[in-house]
Formats: sequence, C-alpha cells, structure tokens
Amino acid sequence: MPTSREPATETGASATTSQHGWPLWEVFVRPRRGLSHTHAGSLHAPDAELALRNARDLYTRRQEGVSIWVVRSSDITASAPDEKDSFFDPAGDKVYRHPTFYEIPDEVEHL
Amino acid sequence: MSPAAALDSAVARYSLALGDDALVLCQRLCEWATRAPAIEEDVALMNVALDLLGQARSFLTYAAEREGLGRTEDDLAYLRDERDFSNVQLVEIENGDFATTMARQLVFSAYQYQLYEALSSSADEQIAAISEKAFKEVSYHRDHAARWVVRLGDGTQESHRRMAAGLETVWPFAGELFEPFEVGSELSGLTEMSIARDPASLHDPWSAFVTPVLAEATLEIPATAWAPSGGRSGLHTEAFGYLLAELQHLHRSFPDAKW
Repeated sequence: MPTSREPATETGASATTSQHGWPLWEVFVRPRRGLSHTHAGSLHAPDAELALRNARDLYTRRQEGVSIWVVRSSDITASAPDEKDSFFDPAGDKVYRHPTFYEIPDEVEHL
Repeated sequence: MSPAAALDSAVARYSLALGDDALVLCQRLCEWATRAPAIEEDVALMNVALDLLGQARSFLTYAAEREGLGRTEDDLAYLRDERDFSNVQLVEIENGDFATTMARQLVFSAYQYQLYEALSSSADEQIAAISEKAFKEVSYHRDHAARWVVRLGDGTQESHRRMAAGLETVWPFAGELFEPFEVGSELSGLTEMSIARDPASLHDPWSAFVTPVLAEATLEIPATAWAPSGGRSGLHTEAFGYLLAELQHLHRSFPDAKW
C-alpha cells in the first residue's frame, strides 16, 4: 500500500475525518495578488464555512495571504506514488521540451 | 480638581473599564487552551484571546498615561484588587461548556462590535485609534461566535439543548453592557464631549444583530427577571477572585519576573 498521506490514496474514513467526525479539508493560500494559490496544509472542520475560518486562524496568522481556498480532501483525486514511473519518467529524456534552444537577449530579465 | 485633571481622570477610568473587559475575557478564554473541542478551535479561541489582550494593553496603557500616577499597564493589570476592577460581570463568569462560551462570545463580541464602531469616531484620538483597529478584530470574533451558535443551536438535539442552556446562563449578564458606567459622574460628561458613547445607544444595533442569529439558531431569547449588575463599580461574582488570583499570582510573587 502507498504510505504517502495524499488524501485520495488514503483508504477508510478514519484518515479523512477527525475523532469528532469532522471531515478533512485541504487549504490553499494565495500569498498576494498575481501569485497562485499554494497548498498550505490541511485541517478538520464541520463544514466549508468553518473550514475557511479555521484556515484563516491556522495559516494566515502572520499575514501570509490575501485569499484562501478550502477543498474537501476526499474531493481531491491524486496520483498514486506507485504510478510515479509511468506518470513522470517519460518526460525525463525529452530535453527539447525545455526552452534551451535559443539565445536569450541580455535585455530580457527574469526569464 | 481642575477641569483638565477631571477630564484626565474620567478618560482614564473609561479606558480602564474597556481595558478590564478585554483583559478579563482574555484570561477566561485562555482557560480553553489545550481543552477546546478540536485543535483548530483551540487556535481560533486563542487568536480571539490574543486580540483581546492587545486591546487590553492599549486601553490600560492609555489609562495609566491619562491618570498620571506613574503606574504602568502591568501595575494596573497585576496589582489592583478585585474591587478596583471595572469590567462587566459577563466577562468574568465561568466558561461552562463550549456552547456557554460561544453564547458569551456572541453577546459580548456583538456588543464590542457596536462599541468600537461608535468609538472609531471618538473625539479622543487615542481611543478612536485603538477602537478602529479593534473593530476589525471583533468583527471576526462576532462572526466566529455567530456561526457556532447557529450550528450548535440548529444542530443535534444535544447541541441544541446545550446551546439553549448556555444562552440561559449568559443572557442575564447582557443587560449590564448597556447600563451607564456611573450614574451622574463625570463619565457622563465624556458622552457629551463625544469621547465616550452612551452604552444604552448600543443596545438596539446590538439586538438587531443578535436576535436574527438566535432565530436562525432556533433559540428563544431567555425570559429573565434577574439582572445582575455592578461590575463597573467593582462588584464582582465569586468566580472573579479565583480568576484574578491566577492572573496575578506570578507577578505578585516575583515582581520583576521576565520571560
């Protein structure tokens, strides 16, 4: 069995609910405008609205964010660790997918 | 006493009362640390408590400044006795279960919401500045409490029973929030000078928020004839002495203790 704690690979209800029967939620925080939401962690909450508020208390205490998403962990479909080879290895020898075959003008910064 | 000195003294006492409310409720909420129903809620309650501590420090610091007796916020928090505290009794009553704590949070944070909103335009710049910052904090406290009251009240049979019982415990203490601080004292002058707000003027907007929340929570407003009062003038419940002992004993035993 996979040992990772990726939610969708968990089996059984106990992994995605707390001792109170509260479901597990994954929290995504957008640090500031222009950046995308990034996975920050997970928490238990009885429903989506309280999950948002718990996320605010747990993950944005130090002004880390301007926006929060919460998603029920059980709604996430994740790739399984034992599929890693077939999923990711085929990209390994396709260097032409990297933008390394043209000169970058000196004037262009941050590329 | 010169008019200026009288004003200093009145502003100091007003600030002290607001600071005492926040300090004592903070201390009560801290009793939930490690004991809340879930770790997420533990953190939420401690965030609320920390906000209140910040408000308490601001108001006590300002009170110490205006009274001009050379005292500090620590002197005011740790070295006054029970009768010198002017917090309302609502904030000192014991936590009870989580539902009772949420009932008190709803009643009190909805009051603080109206209070700080009104004081954001206080003629006293310092009180206005503290209130403007605190208003954002208590907006969240009020939202947090209201959501829990609705969920517990309109939840299971057991959660409804507990929420109703919690509201029953807390409700009689709500009346004191809207009483004048001291009848006929110079504090009423502060209201005329737009420094303070008449607590009675906060009742209707407070009720306009709390009543629909209770309705949504399928809870009835408790009918009560008992109206405890007197906290503002130093009369406190039996539970308060124990709270104060816990709050103050370290500072009193080791006066220069530092972290």
